[in-house]
Amino acid sequence: MSAVAADVLGPRPTGRWSRRLSALVIVAGAAAVLLPLAWMVSTSLKPESQVFRTPIEWVPSTVRTENYREAVSLIPFWRYALNSLLVAVPVVIGTVVTSTAVAFAFARMRAPGMRWLFVLVIAAIMLPGEVTLVPSFLLFKELGWVGTYLPLTVPAWLGGGAFNIFLLRQYFLTIPREQDELARVEGHSFVSILLRVVVPQSWPAISVVAAFEFVHVWNDFLGPLLYVTDQDSYTLPLGLNFYKDIYNTQWAHLMAASLLALLPCILVFFLAQRAFTQGIVLTGRR
Amino acid sequence: MTAANAPVSSEGAGIVGTGPSRRGRRRVPAARRETWAAYGFLSPWVIGFVGLTVGPMVASLVLSFTDYNLVDAGNTSWVGLGNYREALTEDRLVVQSLKVTTYYATLAVALDLFVGLILALLLNTGFRVIGAIRTIYYLPAAVSGVAVSLLWLWIFQPSSGLANALLDLVGLPAIDWVYSTTWVIPAFVLMSLWGVGRSAFIYLAILQRIPTNLYEAAAVDGAGPFTRFRRITLPLVTPAIFLNLVLGIIGNFQTFTQAFVISEGGPANASLFYTLYLYRNAFRYFRVGYAAALAWILFALLLVLTLVAFRSSRRWVYYEAEDLR
Repeated sequence: MSAVAADVLGPRPTGRWSRRLSALVIVAGAAAVLLPLAWMVSTSLKPESQVFRTPIEWVPSTVRTENYREAVSLIPFWRYALNSLLVAVPVVIGTVVTSTAVAFAFARMRAPGMRWLFVLVIAAIMLPGEVTLVPSFLLFKELGWVGTYLPLTVPAWLGGGAFNIFLLRQYFLTIPREQDELARVEGHSFVSILLRVVVPQSWPAISVVAAFEFVHVWNDFLGPLLYVTDQDSYTLPLGLNFYKDIYNTQWAHLMAASLLALLPCILVFFLAQRAFTQGIVLTGRR
Repeated sequence: MTAANAPVSSEGAGIVGTGPSRRGRRRVPAARRETWAAYGFLSPWVIGFVGLTVGPMVASLVLSFTDYNLVDAGNTSWVGLGNYREALTEDRLVVQSLKVTTYYATLAVALDLFVGLILALLLNTGFRVIGAIRTIYYLPAAVSGVAVSLLWLWIFQPSSGLANALLDLVGLPAIDWVYSTTWVIPAFVLMSLWGVGRSAFIYLAILQRIPTNLYEAAAVDGAGPFTRFRRITLPLVTPAIFLNLVLGIIGNFQTFTQAFVISEGGPANASLFYTLYLYRNAFRYFRVGYAAALAWILFALLLVLTLVAFRSSRRWVYYEAEDLR
């Protein structure tokens, strides 16, 4: 199979060489992808005096781990991390719970107008967020929610995003219906069918949604920029941006703080790696 | 499938209706109960869609015809198409931001489509270490936002950043990157190319579904590698190219965080992305009405681009009917 696939690139006699060449390119490309992160780690461990040294010292001659301790005390890093978590946890839970419920209805239930509603879900995926940005701000301002986390968290409990609904609905459609028909014959409610039949078979898709959503909310900048006004309530992205303005040239500390901020996402990525690569295939999400 | 299930579910509903577990509940026809249950499940999304999408969209449209100001809301008056006229004929920064954004989006999308496809073809040659390699290529997708923008700001530092160090390594002169009106957009494109693994995986998923006997048959017929690529591989990946194209256009036109953190629109507005300019109008100059008009112009533009993409897709996107079943 793979030999034939290799043929797409080169004719059979040179197949081995074309494969070696493509292997080389792939490894070189992977190295290029890793390079910025390696540079980030390297910078974060250097004394500030060595940061600007050329040619580049990839392995610092003096390793300075204190950068990390200082980076988290130069700004209230852990406070901001906690704030980020206070936003991320309700958003991820709300997204998973409500998008699962909505997707289940679209995949399994019949009611007048459902097809029409689903067309709206698809349309909502295409809608650029800018169109609703300003009036949403005015709405939350009117509600007195500006300065709280509510504008960031509450929307997640209202369907959890059209994209996630679409993804989960597509996944639920691949689950055979026999079991939930049986459960309905036995008198189970839709809620219990969802929880006992559909959800246990859908963890791959649900973890895609949870992982994507966590990464998205953890890195979100525009939302907190609009709605978080008090410096004590800053999330990590806001804190880092603020830090950049104050300690403009302290690259080692800035890289240390940035790396720490990215760590949860990298962790989630490795935990949900399969889900991630599947999710991108399922959805093409950016 | 649905037709075959229909009798089962109505029969099942009969049993449910008379079953002992239904303590004293009035018998409601199953279909009607299903309808209400469905609406119940859908209600969070419907509330959100009406309250946070449709409502704001209508409000945004209405606002775009006014001179609503965030700090002087009492003095709002109706200006008709005034905002649109100003944006499209008087405001040079709108033209500039559209130029910048289109330039960036075109380069970023084109490179993403091209490099992504090449990468997918290479990854599809089926060699061993793909598991680990796959992880590496997809890693940039897990990280984004301010922290990554700061990383690239450091990479693009003219005097001691990684980018110029690499240029120096191959004997090329240093570039001012994000501090140069010429290079700031290419710098952002380079940064976006870092995440090319994403689109490569969409292609890869399709490539791996192409049955090998198609290639075997073509080889028997004397088709060379280039012909096989052009006649088999390329047509079959066009749906993925199309998906990446549409999502790429929509996504790249909304570039904000990188521009805000790295270059703040500069130098000399050379990276004044459209969304950044919209944000400034709304939240720095408090010109909410004007910003709403800008949002609708963007929306109309994206709608037209998407429709053009969909229209043209009939000519170049190949949707397999029975070939691959």
